[in-house]
Amino acid sequence: MAAIMHFFDVFINSYDVFLDGLWITFKLSLASLVIAFFIGLFFAVLKISNIRILEWIADAYIWIVRGTPLIVQIFILFYGLTDILLIPMFWAGVAGLAFHSGAYIAEIIRGAIQSIEKGQREAGRSLGMSTSLTMRRIILPQAFRRAVPSLGNQFIIGIKDSSLVSFIGMQDLFGVASTMGSNSFDYLSYFFTVAVYYLFIVLVLTVLVNRIEKRLAVSD
Amino acid sequence: MDNKKEIIRVDQLNKSFGDLHVLKDIDLTVMESEVVVLIGASGSGKSTLLRCLNFLEMKNGGEIFLDGEKINKSTHDLNDIRQRVGMVFQHFNLFPHKTVLGNVIEAPIHVKGENKANAIKEGKKLLDKVGLEDKYDVYPSTLSGGQKQRVAIARALAMKPEVMLFDEPTSALDPELVGEVLSTMKELAEEGMTMVVVTHEMGFAREVGDWVVYMHDGRIIEYGHPNEIFDQPREERTRSFISSVL
Ligand SMILES: Nc1ncnc2c1ncn2[C@@H]1O[C@H](COP(=O)(O)OP(=O)(O)O)[C@@H](O)[C@H]1O
Ligand SMILES: [Mg+2]
Repeated sequence: MAAIMHFFDVFINSYDVFLDGLWITFKLSLASLVIAFFIGLFFAVLKISNIRILEWIADAYIWIVRGTPLIVQIFILFYGLTDILLIPMFWAGVAGLAFHSGAYIAEIIRGAIQSIEKGQREAGRSLGMSTSLTMRRIILPQAFRRAVPSLGNQFIIGIKDSSLVSFIGMQDLFGVASTMGSNSFDYLSYFFTVAVYYLFIVLVLTVLVNRIEKRLAVSD
Repeated sequence: MDNKKEIIRVDQLNKSFGDLHVLKDIDLTVMESEVVVLIGASGSGKSTLLRCLNFLEMKNGGEIFLDGEKINKSTHDLNDIRQRVGMVFQHFNLFPHKTVLGNVIEAPIHVKGENKANAIKEGKKLLDKVGLEDKYDVYPSTLSGGQKQRVAIARALAMKPEVMLFDEPTSALDPELVGEVLSTMKELAEEGMTMVVVTHEMGFAREVGDWVVYMHDGRIIEYGHPNEIFDQPREERTRSFISSVL
């Protein structure tokens, strides 16, 4: 009982530092996922281009991301970008996370594009639409709808993965918890606290994705 | 006999998928305002022929003329050619993320660059014409098969094509919905639309068709007026096909 009361104490008294961390996690996740989305879209289009060299480039990218731990990708991009290109730490973190999520998002979007019935493309083409116009106006809007649940899921993974940037020194949610924990030696309370924050974020996102899914379902 | 314009002419058309020779030395001419009905067993190459006519499939040999002009990938933008050749599919292929009216105005606006208000006005007219004046703003998923196919017809007509191709437009429909689509097509024919129709509806072929083409195994076996083909076919294969479907 006393332990639980203590946890609540820590939870309530630490809110201001955690809100700072939350803000960093939020900015980091938002920036990295928006960028990852466009990276993913780009590589998805390469993969379905039917042009051998472009497909090969996309495969290589996805293979590298899948084949190495995220923490290694973050460290390489962090030291590469901050030491050599003098890019600020925040953007190095964004780059590492976007580079990683982009590969998974590419696979999600590619799968969604390929799941759209062949007749849709043919209907567009038969009306005189070019390949790219058919892609933009007919295939992609349907593919995105179909991809919403998987994209939502990937975004949740991306937000949780963003905690790894604390290892390059960022004071995101997890960074704050680590710092507070080691300062007070009360690790458990701070890690419980940070778990609650993540659960809350994921809950909000889940509700949001469900809403969007319902909204989009009107045409089905 | 008459001085109608030639809309489509196909000269020694050949098409293969890998080793499979699907269309063999096809010759066919479609004159303005004519309705040509293609019949034949499944797998005889009817769909492939239609798809070659609007370049959804690329021929391997022979020539295709539109309005007397030889059409080639190297000399023409095929997107422009496809605007002139409307197509209606067996499975409708409506755009599910767009409303009925949205389906119809999509290509006029984004391909022809028509002004939106005008496209909407024209689109509504077409939907009225096919009997869907109360369905502008619903999504295709709420429609019956017959209604979907009529939207698909309106969508193709919105590009003001010179010729309409129909690939088994009623084959995916419940029997009670076939009539409404056939009567829309019949009206279109009566207005003078040039049409090439693949169908198993022999009543439609006889009543609306100016010419009937019987295909077998990638070849045109027999070509004639509906009465000739249905009542006194010259070829034994035509005879047995007709008796199998009547
Ligand atoms: N894209 C394709 N790839 C390979 N074979 C095909 C393709 N489309 C059609 N075929 C083959 O070509 C032949 C003719 O098909 P099709 O034109 O669809 O006939 P029909 O419409 O008369 O039933 C069939 O043997 C079919 O399997
Ligand atoms: Mg067919």
